[in-house]
Amino acid sequence: MTTSDTTRVRGRRRVGPSLWLIAPAALLFVTFAIVPLAGAVGLSLTDWNGLGTPAWAGFENWAAVLSDPITGQTIVLSLKVMVLSWLFQTPLSLLLGVWVAKEGRARALVAIVYFLPLLLSSAAVGLTYKNLLDPNFGLTASSALGPLNHNWLGDPRTVLVVVVAIIAWHFVPLHTLLYQAGVRQIPKVLYEAAAADGAGALRTFFSITLPQLKYTIVTSSTLMLVGSLTYFDLIFVLTAGGPGYATRILPLHMYLTGFQAADMGKASAIATVLALMGLTLSLALTKLSGFTKMQSQQTGL
Amino acid sequence: MANSNRKRLRSLISGAPSWLGALVWLVVVVVPIYWVVVTSVRSQANFFVESPLSLPSDPQFGNYALVFEMGFPRYFINSTIVTVVAVALTLFVSLLAAYTIVRNDTPLARRSLNVFLLGLAIPVQAAIIPIFYMITRMRLYDSLLAIILPSAAFAIPITIIIFTNFLRDIPAELFESMRLDGAGEARILWKLVLPLSVPAISTTAIYNGVNVWNNFLFPLVLTQSPETRVLPLALWTFQGELTINVPAMMAAIVLSAIPPLTLYIVGRRHLIAGMTAGFGK
Repeated sequence: MTTSDTTRVRGRRRVGPSLWLIAPAALLFVTFAIVPLAGAVGLSLTDWNGLGTPAWAGFENWAAVLSDPITGQTIVLSLKVMVLSWLFQTPLSLLLGVWVAKEGRARALVAIVYFLPLLLSSAAVGLTYKNLLDPNFGLTASSALGPLNHNWLGDPRTVLVVVVAIIAWHFVPLHTLLYQAGVRQIPKVLYEAAAADGAGALRTFFSITLPQLKYTIVTSSTLMLVGSLTYFDLIFVLTAGGPGYATRILPLHMYLTGFQAADMGKASAIATVLALMGLTLSLALTKLSGFTKMQSQQTGL
Repeated sequence: MANSNRKRLRSLISGAPSWLGALVWLVVVVVPIYWVVVTSVRSQANFFVESPLSLPSDPQFGNYALVFEMGFPRYFINSTIVTVVAVALTLFVSLLAAYTIVRNDTPLARRSLNVFLLGLAIPVQAAIIPIFYMITRMRLYDSLLAIILPSAAFAIPITIIIFTNFLRDIPAELFESMRLDGAGEARILWKLVLPLSVPAISTTAIYNGVNVWNNFLFPLVLTQSPETRVLPLALWTFQGELTINVPAMMAAIVLSAIPPLTLYIVGRRHLIAGMTAGFGK
């Protein structure tokens, strides 16, 4: 948008702020985000318990991680959580986003309430549901809700679906907001034309709203898929990966290996796998959608 | 007249299924929050006998008092310090960087944006062990600064993106005319960039503020003593200390959510407008 400006400036002496102004942000970001990525690869080649000095170990950790069946299991579980979360959250937040985007006082009020779960910390959401679903004292334990009385988080058959639903409860508000913003950017003329042609609500939705939301769907899906790799705190508080290994996703496996089993070398190898999955996924989604801008995965923070 | 009434009636009927769906989700959102709030004012004895969704027969704030006695004010202050310092640091360095990326006409400036974009694809967990290593070597372990530095680092990419999107829309003529008047960089930043960026600053302040306030991983890994404990971690340790005192646990959750809620109420419009600009097409 400023091309006319830059061409005008060229030819004269170069004006503009000094590049040094980028330095503080770059220093902080490179030190605590880029260097640690390389550091994880380095530490994966050492034997370290988190206290002493890391000692060279070669590819021992990698051999251990790659031959451990738990690694494959946690990767598959992470992918399951990713796909289930996408299938669960996308249609829901799309429909809700379309709904709240319409004008109206009542809708605006409802939209404010919809947003509330996003303001809670993952720790708060985890502790809320842990107590709410407690088989003895929780909400579902009351006799009025007979068929719902079940140890939802303690039963390996139900725990995964329940965790995915709780994740959706926490993050659907963010995606609803994105879709709401997307819908509001659709030109009104398109709807007027559709109405003039006598198109019904369903027809309008599939022929105008959905195709027009293409970029929002890409952004939201990228956030959701890459972000789902990082659902650590919620699951940590809720189930700590249990029962057994039923909800031990990759980042949780990394944490428990490193900070509880005190095997930082092996945990670094797992962390490297996690980073590779994150970068591959972002790259694939970027290529697939022909999107030049990589979008945020800050939802997992 | 009759015609328009019929039209309204028809649109009301055709809108009914969508309202029904919206209300179902409203119930899904509200019931757990309502349960947290009513439980927080129930006495522990009544918690075991009263119906979970009924209004407490004897509402009382004893649970809140208990949470205060358990060190809540200390944790609250820690969270406030961490959030304010981390967000201020993030906004300051990001605004400088974004201004340079937008206004400095060199390939290096443009390329540096791509490096920051890369940051969005890095899962925080993948970096946490080396961060732990670095923080202990810097002798910062178990200090508030240990949480602040990485929190700011991981908030920088999204902040720079929102700022650059925003600053690109400021007409170049404004910068030119200030420069012609002999203004230096500091003056341009202070008198032009800062006042014009207020909407972007409020958006990123709220977004990052809520994220830092709620962050769990950095404090979990980088601090350990009660003196440096922040709220999300405090909630988690409360669970261990309170065990079956669920009402007190819920009181702690309510208290911890008040600052983000306040931020949201104050800056809701900015947040939604900024999200549109930052994540938009």
